[in-house]
Order: sequence, then C-alpha cells, then structure tokens
Amino acid sequence: MKIIKSIAFWTVILALGILVEMLGRFEYINPYVIQVLELIGINIILVSSLNIINGFLGEFAIGHAGFMATGAYLSAICTVKFHMPFALGFLAAGLLSGLIAYLIGVPAFKTFGDYLAVITLGFNMIIVNLLNNLEYVGAARGMVGLPKSTNFIWVFCATILTLIIFRNIIFSNYGRIWTAIRENTLAAEMMGINVVRSKMVAFAIAGCFAGLAGALWGHMLQYINPSSFTYLKSTDMLTMLYLGGVGSLTGSVLGAVLMTGLLEILRDLGVWRMVIGPVILVLIMLTKPLGLFGSRELKIVQPKSDREEVQKYVSHAGRKHNNEL
Amino acid sequence: MSLMQVENITMNFDGLRAVQNFNLDLQEGELIGLIGPNGAGKTTVFNILTGVYIPSQGTVTFAGENITKHAPWQINRSGIARTFQNIRLFDNMTVLDNIKVAMNYQMKYKMFSAVLRTPKYRQEESMVLKESLEMLQLFNLVEKYNFLAKNLSYGEQRRLEIARALTTKPRLLLLDEPAAGMNAKESEELMHLISWIHKKFNLTILLIEHHMPVVMGICQRIKVLDFGQTIAEGTPDEIKNNPKVIEAYLGEEVDH
Ligand SMILES: Nc1ncnc2c1ncn2[C@@H]1O[C@H](COP(=O)(O)OP(=O)(O)OP(=O)(O)O)[C@@H](O)[C@H]1O
Ligand SMILES: [Mg+2]
Repeated sequence: MKIIKSIAFWTVILALGILVEMLGRFEYINPYVIQVLELIGINIILVSSLNIINGFLGEFAIGHAGFMATGAYLSAICTVKFHMPFALGFLAAGLLSGLIAYLIGVPAFKTFGDYLAVITLGFNMIIVNLLNNLEYVGAARGMVGLPKSTNFIWVFCATILTLIIFRNIIFSNYGRIWTAIRENTLAAEMMGINVVRSKMVAFAIAGCFAGLAGALWGHMLQYINPSSFTYLKSTDMLTMLYLGGVGSLTGSVLGAVLMTGLLEILRDLGVWRMVIGPVILVLIMLTKPLGLFGSRELKIVQPKSDREEVQKYVSHAGRKHNNEL
Repeated sequence: MSLMQVENITMNFDGLRAVQNFNLDLQEGELIGLIGPNGAGKTTVFNILTGVYIPSQGTVTFAGENITKHAPWQINRSGIARTFQNIRLFDNMTVLDNIKVAMNYQMKYKMFSAVLRTPKYRQEESMVLKESLEMLQLFNLVEKYNFLAKNLSYGEQRRLEIARALTTKPRLLLLDEPAAGMNAKESEELMHLISWIHKKFNLTILLIEHHMPVVMGICQRIKVLDFGQTIAEGTPDEIKNNPKVIEAYLGEEVDH
C-alpha cells in the first residue's frame, strides 16, 4: 500500500514536470517564464548545498559562487571545446567542484582551524581573477556558443533529486554528525567524531552540487563570463539561505523561490537591484536571524518510519520506570 | 588490572602552572574521586586525559596505549568518555538524537547507503534506534525522547549527558562536577545513579565533585588537588581528617 502510494505520488510529480516542459516547448508558456522556473530550480540546488555548510554544519562559507564557476566553466569546456555530451560535462563539473572543495577544506579546517569565511571568499575571488585572465576560456569576454542542453525537465529532475539526496543524508548518521558539530563541537569530538574529516566531507558535497548547478546554469544561458560569478552572486545565495531558513531544506526552497521571483520583478531597477539583496539580508538577520522557516521542516521532508517505531516502544515501555535510580 | 597510568603530568598556561607532577594509577573497576578548591586544576586534568590539551610534560597510558597526544575523538574510541562541568548537550537536537549521535561509529553504512536507503542502512538505523531507546529507558528519559535537549530540566540534562557518554561504550567514565547546581535531594539521587551505573556497566569512574557527601559516600579512593599539586590521597576517612585538606578548603572559604 505504502509503495503504491509513493509510486503514484512520484508519477504525478514527474508528470507535472513533463507537462510544464511540453507546454513550454509548444509555447503555451512564455519562454521567459520557463527560464525563471529553471533559474528557481538552479538556485534551490545552490542554496540547499550552501545550507549544508552554513545551516547544518554551522560554518560560515561566503564564496559559493566560486564552485558554481568551476562547474559552469568545466562543463562548458567539455561541451564547447571537446564536443562531449552535456551529461558528461555535467558529471565532470560536479566531480571537479567537489574535489576542489575537499582540497580547500584542508587549509580551511585542518591547517588554520576555522577560517572558512576568509578562505572561501578568497577562493571565489581567485577563481574569478583566474578566469578573467585565462585566454583559453575567453578571459573577460567569457565563453559563448554553449549548447542549449539545459531544459526545464533536466532542471526539474536535478532539483528534486538533489533535495531527496540531501534529505536522506541529513536524516542519517552523516546529518546527525554535522548537526552535532554545529551544536557543540567539543562534545561532538568526545563522541568519537572526527570533526575535521566530517567537515571536509560536508564541504565536498556542497561544492559538488554547486558545480552541478553551475553546469546547468551555463547551458541554460548558453554563455558564461567571469563577472557572473563574483561575490555578488555568493551574496545572493546567502540572502536566499538566510531568508528561507538556516538548517532547513524547506527553508532553502522557500528562500530560492521568493528571492528569485523578487529579483526578476525588480529586474528593471538596474543597479538598484544590487542594493536590494544586501538590504534584505541585513533586515532578515536583524529581525529573524534563523530565516522565515527557522530550522523546521515540512512534514513530508521528515522521515516517517522513526516516529511510528518510537511510539510503539514508548507506549510499551513508557510505564516501566527504572526504580533502581 | 591497571587500566590507566598518568605519569608526572604538568600543564603550563603561559606562566600559570595549572597542574604539576600529577600521577594516577587507575585500576579496572575503581571509582575514584578528584577534589580540590576552585581553580585547583581538576578540569585541566580531565582535559588532558581526553586530549583537549596536550600536557607540557608527562604521559597518559590507557589500556597499554600511549594516548598523550591523541585527539579527543581517538581517545573516545579507545574507550574514555566524559561529561562536562558546564553541560554540553546538543541543545537543538532531540533527546533521542543526542543518544544516536553517540552511536555514530557503530554505524558502518556509507553515504551511498544513506542516499538509497539500502537494507544495510535500515537495519543499522533500526538497531541504533532500539539501543538508543533502551538507554533512554534506563535513565527514565524515554518519554521525553522528542524534547529538544535544551528544554529538559537541569537534572534531566545532567542525566542525558551521562547517558550519552555511556552510549559510546566506554571503559572509563570521567564525570566533571555532575552535582553542580543541584540541591541536596537531587545530588543524593545522582549519587545513587553514579554507583548504579558503576555496577551495571562494569565501569571505571573518575569523579570530580565539590559536594563532599557525594564524594565521601561513593568513592573508594580520593585524590586532593590544590594549586595544581596533589596534596593528599587516600580513603574517604583518611581524607576527611587530613589537616592539609581541611586547610585547603578552609582557605577557600576565607577567600569567598
Ligand atoms: N585554557 C586555559 N588557559 C589559561 N588558563 C587556564 C586554562 N584552563 C584553565 N586555566 C587555569 O588553570 C587553573 C585550573 O583551572 P581548572 O579549570 O582546571 O580548575 P578546577 O579545579 O576545575 O576549578 P573549578 O572547581 O572552579 O572547576 C585556573 O587558574 C584556570 O584559570
Ligand atoms: Mg573545573
């Protein structure tokens, strides 16, 4: 029964995605709207991956656009320079960005202790500078002529898969360890947790998914240049994260939807658009430091199995007081 | 059988000698008290034994292994667990998850299994759930399994912290002033709890405590620190009547 229900549920979800894709192809939905929807999905991937670091692990990374850049550029090199299929470029983007994140974890967590903010910001700037000067990828002009490989259904599936993967990790031993590190690092270490290693793993995962999002983004717009990946982009992600809710996947989705929508509505404001993000960030930090959704989750995000089993145990054992104490 | 040897430990904090030439030979199954006035260096000793600090001098050997320079997580895995003077729970996690975290390295499944919710994942998680609930049951906390740790009463938080330490299956348990902030009745209950877990879990326990009735009531041997130096050692009765100890504690009272 349970299985049939969940198969039905996912079929409906997938059908919805295909429906939107089809309506888009036959131009019943404006291509601009489709692109905004794609952007929302990509931002959900970016924000929820950042949430692993800043929300669940309790660190403070502020250069997430750097990983998005490595993903976007590597996938573009694969498809444009080597004419590889997008799927390969997409996977390579995730792998490389994850690897780079892992390597950055060495100085950030091992050598210097906790200087993650500085190191991630530095990394973001170095990547942008490097790309600005690398003639192979068009330097400041960037790369053009990326195939239009990202379509709505790609983004739709990637977003949902990302959320499922993150959810399953967060409600497992791994996620519990990250949250414990956030709540009390020394106590976590006294529970036999290799804190440095756990942090590096978390950071690699976050970097990997940011890279995947970058690949999708580049092949959606079909051109990329270094100025799209500066700290301003990183700030946008931080705004979405802190708007929606730190330490909540539901919050990441909410933040990405609201902020992407808002930025589109305000598109005509030009330069002022750059002011809006930081202003919202400051307002949120002051009034609702944990974001709109706090660290709560919608019920469908929480795993069910535990609740029932615990209830069974509690109703059976609850009255058996340990009188030896 | 000797479980732990602490030899000639000295700890300097730029200029301040917090612990000086501390020695301890712990036999398996002992329950030993470590007492002394404020600032005597008791917590510093715990921090050295658990790898939080590396001593300026001296060695710590546990179960035949030199652990002086091991990290706290390695030391926990070798079989030492502790609680903290100012409770350190995972405040915004549930009571149940606090215990589950303590079983982290008994779970062998990889991230891949977690993502796909494989049978291995399900089996290990349900084993952990069952053992965690049993542990909570022993500490009369099972009905509060879904409370956030920070929302427990003070006494319950102390109990949860001890339960969490025990869940890592230690051979040696270090308790840093577990009765701090408790009234007479609560600390008496705690005393029962400690001697009960001592027997039930076949543990060796090292206990820092200010409440004299607690220490005198349950410890087999007591060590007294003052200004980083060991000033006395012996059975509760010997300690009670030791003039040096009386002086150290009187001196403290005059200070306050
Ligand atoms: N990290 C540190 N850096 C500098 N000085 C320290 C540090 N940790 C402890 N000390 C000092 O070492 C001395 C011993 O401190 P410790 O906390 O071990 O005392 P204690 O016996 O546990 O006292 P209390 O009963 O108040 O808990 C104190 O003077 C303290 O200020
Ligand atoms: Mg102390």
